[in-house]
Amino acid sequence: MQNHYETVFIMTPVLSEDQVKETAQKFKDFLLKKGAEFVYEENWGLRKLAYKIKNKSTGFYQLFEFKIDTQAITDFEIQLKRDERIMRYQTVTLDKFGVLFNERHRAKIKENNEQGPKPVVIDEIIN
Amino acid sequence: MAQTDIKYLTPPSIEFKKKKYCWFKKNNIRYIDYKNPEFLKQFLNEQGKILPRRLTGTSLKYQRKLSQAVKRARQLALLPYVTDLLK
Repeated sequence: MQNHYETVFIMTPVLSEDQVKETAQKFKDFLLKKGAEFVYEENWGLRKLAYKIKNKSTGFYQLFEFKIDTQAITDFEIQLKRDERIMRYQTVTLDKFGVLFNERHRAKIKENNEQGPKPVVIDEIIN
Repeated sequence: MAQTDIKYLTPPSIEFKKKKYCWFKKNNIRYIDYKNPEFLKQFLNEQGKILPRRLTGTSLKYQRKLSQAVKRARQLALLPYVTDLLK
């Protein structure tokens, strides 16, 4: 039985840019090997944490949204727990409203991007 | 005795109670996303605590969804557990 999951995990800020990509890719391959069907993947980049985790105050956020069998998700979480580059992770099962929300949210962002930046009114710049 | 004859110098201003409504029910929101801290901050006070229903007027069903979303955001360090001057 396949469930819809959404995982967000935080990587230590010590990593360099390509190390971040490499860890994200490593987990993505692990999931694909387990027969996951990827819906969405997003990297929020370096972000300030609201409180210190392992006395670090910033971290690289990575979001995965995928469909996978219920047994396989536990293996994935063990992988996340074992990897010391990951400071914190959170897996959430999405119900149909959550899935709907994410789709509509992405569509809205894409639509905003297509329109391009909003034209800045000239007199705004002057005063 | 002192209790009964409390005289007000100025009559207590009875502001008309603004009808509180559940924001989520009005906009028929079905899912409260935990990844958007800016939105969730409206329902937190300065110390980062979740506002009670009697102040915000949200219905029980959405208050539970809201508190779950806030707790998830706190877990991911998008929202602080306790702070001052959050806004």
